[in-house]
Amino acid sequence: MKSKSRNFYLIPYVIWIALFVVMPILLVLYYSFFDIDGQLTFDNYKKFFTPVYLKMTFSSFWYAFLITMFTLLVAYPISYLLTKTKHKQLLLLLIILPSWINLLLKAYAFIGIFGTYGAANSFLEVIGIGTKQILFTDFSFIFVSVYIFLPFMILPIFNALDELNPSLVDASNDLGASKWITFKRVIFPLTIDGVKSGCQIVFIPALSLFMLTRLIAGNRVITLGTAIEQHFLVTQDWGMGATIAVFLIIAMVLIMILTGKRKRGIL
Amino acid sequence: MKKLSKLSTVYLIIMFFILYAPILYLMFYSFNSGGTMYHFEGFTLDWYKELFGDSRLLIIVLNTAIIALLSAAISTILGVAGALAIYYARRRRVKNTLLSLNNVLIVSPDVIIGASFLILFTMVGIKLGFISVLLAHIAFSVPIVVIMVLPKIEEMNTSMIYAALDLGASRWDVLTKVVLPYITPGIFAGFFMALTYSLDDFAVTFFVTGNGFTTLSVEIYSLARRGVSLNINALSTLLFIFTMLLVVGYYFITKRNNKPGRMGVR
Repeated sequence: MKSKSRNFYLIPYVIWIALFVVMPILLVLYYSFFDIDGQLTFDNYKKFFTPVYLKMTFSSFWYAFLITMFTLLVAYPISYLLTKTKHKQLLLLLIILPSWINLLLKAYAFIGIFGTYGAANSFLEVIGIGTKQILFTDFSFIFVSVYIFLPFMILPIFNALDELNPSLVDASNDLGASKWITFKRVIFPLTIDGVKSGCQIVFIPALSLFMLTRLIAGNRVITLGTAIEQHFLVTQDWGMGATIAVFLIIAMVLIMILTGKRKRGIL
Repeated sequence: MKKLSKLSTVYLIIMFFILYAPILYLMFYSFNSGGTMYHFEGFTLDWYKELFGDSRLLIIVLNTAIIALLSAAISTILGVAGALAIYYARRRRVKNTLLSLNNVLIVSPDVIIGASFLILFTMVGIKLGFISVLLAHIAFSVPIVVIMVLPKIEEMNTSMIYAALDLGASRWDVLTKVVLPYITPGIFAGFFMALTYSLDDFAVTFFVTGNGFTTLSVEIYSLARRGVSLNINALSTLLFIFTMLLVVGYYFITKRNNKPGRMGVR
């Protein structure tokens, strides 16, 4: 009985999938085989494997790794402590609230805070370190990225910790495990799915950040995202941009497989 | 449950402070008559006056709002159709394929979405500007609406549909009188999500917007690249308040969402 109605709903949805999901990916792949003059070549791929691009890819991965790691290190304790508080849902909402505010504005705020006369430097002045160049350094780039990604890491870890059966922790304590052992052997392994999805949510965008690299890192950091933007919008070398995009897509798929949950269904 | 230790409480408080400090910092200096983001000279509302006197910026705000509302409305319709399509798909394989394809745009980095849409629009021959931005926003909002609506449909009792059919309802009646009223909270949640995604988006818009057309995010970016100007602070204070209103609205909708009963009949 359902066959007719199914076809009806599928029409607009499948058109959307074909136009905006499948087509764009195929077009990126197609464009990656053309050079800047519109000639069909493999040059873009050859170029990608030259030291310039490999170095860029490597540094992009390195920054993304650092960002993900620091985000995780900060987020896990927060999530853990949140689950122990009384009004945990309300506090969680308060953590997530800043993520609804336009990313640009947060980056812009940090331009002010990390500026030469900004709040961060006043603070350093007070505690006696003195004014430092903070904006346009690796530190500021990673700090702001961690700041922006933090809520996205906290959410899945919080959910995993919240689902954790507390009697397992009690049992571990009763059996004489120290706090650290309990964490290492019971809590962390049981919340690893949350950690994985958090890392996935952070790592993929961190690979492709391009706005922060310009505003906060002052073009010092070049990520895959910056390179794509550069090729598409500045040098107009769409073929090379598309090639980098292809590799970014491959990296994305690999990360998803790597951090994918072994559960039935998707997401 | 044990109370938190002092150290833990301090850690949480510091983290909350860091999370909110930049936003409050921005808002605070929007009242600074000194014109910089570090030395507070005196209280003024000049930046707000300047903001409201800037007709170019007001047009941009209007553009952003129109794009957000239109794209949210259209993507909600498409998303509901998509969720229904996934729900009605009989075979598990089809269902999973649809879901995976649905999630591609959610996990893709903005840069990829932006670049690939730029290629798409140029190939098809759509002029970059209002239409291309609108289409892009619709495109990346659809999967979010699907994700918000689908759980609501799946929790619906199938016997309601059969009962309606047995009582002689046409397929259209089943949709408008049984299914849609039941999933209304999910639809609203999806609409709000699409709205915030559209308002928030920078990267995709940045790629597919031409020379003549700008949205707020892109405008803030180009202003911020030129350095600090307290207009942006005033603007962000207003945006912050607006976002809070949206979140509160969204919060109440999801709250209603969780309340059982009264949804089936209306």
